[in-house]
Amino acid sequence: MSRVLSLDFLGQAVRVALPYMGAAMGGVLSERAGIVNVALEGTMLVAALAAAWGALSTGSVVVALLSAALAGALVQLVHGTAVVHGKADPIVSGLAINLLALAGTRFLLRALYASSSNSPTIPGQSSSLLRDPASWVVVAVVVATTWTMTRSRFGLRIRAVGEHPEAAASVGVSVPRTQLLAVAAAGVAAGLAGAWLALDQRQFSSKMSGGRGYIALAILVLSGHRPGRAAGIALAFGAAEALELVVQETAKVPHQLVQTLPYVVTLAALVVFGARRRTTAHG
Amino acid sequence: MKAWSVHLGLLVAVAALALPAGRRTRATAATGGLRVGLVFDVGGLGDKSFNDAAYAGLLRGEKEAGAEIEMLEPSGAADREEALRLFAARGFDLVIGVGFIFSRDIDGVARAYPSVRFACVDYSPPFDGTAIPGNVTGLAFREEEGAFLVGAAAALTSKSGHVGFVGGMDIPLIHKFDAGYRAGVAAVCPTCTVHGTYAGTTPEAFRDPAKGKTIALSQISGGVDVIFHASGSTGHGVFEAAKQHPSVLAIGVDADQWNEAPGKVLTSMTKQADVAVFEAIRATKERRLSSGITVLGLAEGGVDWVHDGPHATLLTAPVVERVEALRREIVAKKRVVPSE
Repeated sequence: MSRVLSLDFLGQAVRVALPYMGAAMGGVLSERAGIVNVALEGTMLVAALAAAWGALSTGSVVVALLSAALAGALVQLVHGTAVVHGKADPIVSGLAINLLALAGTRFLLRALYASSSNSPTIPGQSSSLLRDPASWVVVAVVVATTWTMTRSRFGLRIRAVGEHPEAAASVGVSVPRTQLLAVAAAGVAAGLAGAWLALDQRQFSSKMSGGRGYIALAILVLSGHRPGRAAGIALAFGAAEALELVVQETAKVPHQLVQTLPYVVTLAALVVFGARRRTTAHG
Repeated sequence: MKAWSVHLGLLVAVAALALPAGRRTRATAATGGLRVGLVFDVGGLGDKSFNDAAYAGLLRGEKEAGAEIEMLEPSGAADREEALRLFAARGFDLVIGVGFIFSRDIDGVARAYPSVRFACVDYSPPFDGTAIPGNVTGLAFREEEGAFLVGAAAALTSKSGHVGFVGGMDIPLIHKFDAGYRAGVAAVCPTCTVHGTYAGTTPEAFRDPAKGKTIALSQISGGVDVIFHASGSTGHGVFEAAKQHPSVLAIGVDADQWNEAPGKVLTSMTKQADVAVFEAIRATKERRLSSGITVLGLAEGGVDWVHDGPHATLLTAPVVERVEALRREIVAKKRVVPSE
């Protein structure tokens, strides 16, 4: 029990939650603009490779973060263009991007570093959570997204375009332009989350996003597309996963049972929040 | 408008699927020689562990046995069997699968290509009692014996009396490492506590370094100061965690993993996958590759631990002496190491 009420435990929960948070912020920016975004997973993966490439070729964390943000924005712009201008089904486009990202990163990895599974190690060593600049960048993404959505003119336009595109257009807001800017911002957010993964490991490895972009989608649904709530739920998911590890390590219960904990929490949250949302919708 | 977007979507999807999983051909001077194809495990080339060890064995086969070598890194379960089949269909003399995960795929492909020889490192026989095809050579290791030795070394080195074990996928193969390690700890330090954690229940658990680091940090916050991992490239995160904590040491697996974190790796439990691969190639060349399963343990030199040379400087002389004494007991069959 003392293990769970410690500062270390909180740190662990934050560690697990950071990539979820960044990706979920990307989801908020894009979905509030009316673009359904299942491409977060692929965006993170491509950006993680870009970060590793940036760090390996220049040795600079800043370059790594910038490459990841740029790569993320580009991937999301492909998605945005297909949906906004090509009128493509966003689910199909998103899944295609995830597939392309999975195979494409392996292809590029092979071309750059002669292995389709692992990049070389980035020299130097990773710093602890609080001293890692990438962690603070992800926290900044959460703050910036919350501010943008609630306080800024750009956020207001995103919401208007997402909720009622005709109304937004009637007052002179360009719907396609706003949507493309929103997905580009989403790409930056999810891309920085991907960069965190690569910089934390000092390496890129194939599939390192490990489904975190999909978990971010679940968080997004639970949060009702609100950035502050999404960050809170991401933290709760992080705590559930950290708890799973502590219980598995110390308790005598079968570990197969304990490993289901994060999924049970997700399911329970979906049921509780889902039920509540339905009642408020009717009331 | 709609139609072109559908086409665009399809095109992107097809392009994604058609991208090669990654292959490399090495043209060799050998003419009309032995053709050997090797398919890598989940962690892939560059995992600084099991796969790289197998790769070393393959390169040795090229150099010393004059084999013409090719390799494939499958991206997922569906690609694995395809990769084996591809080599077999092209008439390779020997097709090697690296990893337990290939066992059933190899059995199937071997039945379809009876004239091709197959070898599987870490092979596990069919659970339902089906006979192993005659053209399959299974190579297995008594990992628990090597894990036992590093478990003893971990317990003798730990100052806190808490040592950690990080497993990849929760399966019998990894339980062997777990059981051997726990037995090794208990043999030298009955009061020590082993903190054991598995990364997951799917093959992806062998390649989630972020999860590996989180697990290691969790164990460290519970007082653990020596951590042994058997988790493929997930273990990369364990070394990263050890680097952040001055008092924590890590133990490598399958290959000598000192270079993952120089100065932070107490020892490594080594599995001679390189020797297994090379021997399979040489035996094929000399037309004496036997069928069935060969199991290699401490006595056969199939598993070992790093305990001399520049990569063992963190081990003290009394620890090496004590652990080597345990090794002699196991080799002399005076001590039996549990495998689960």
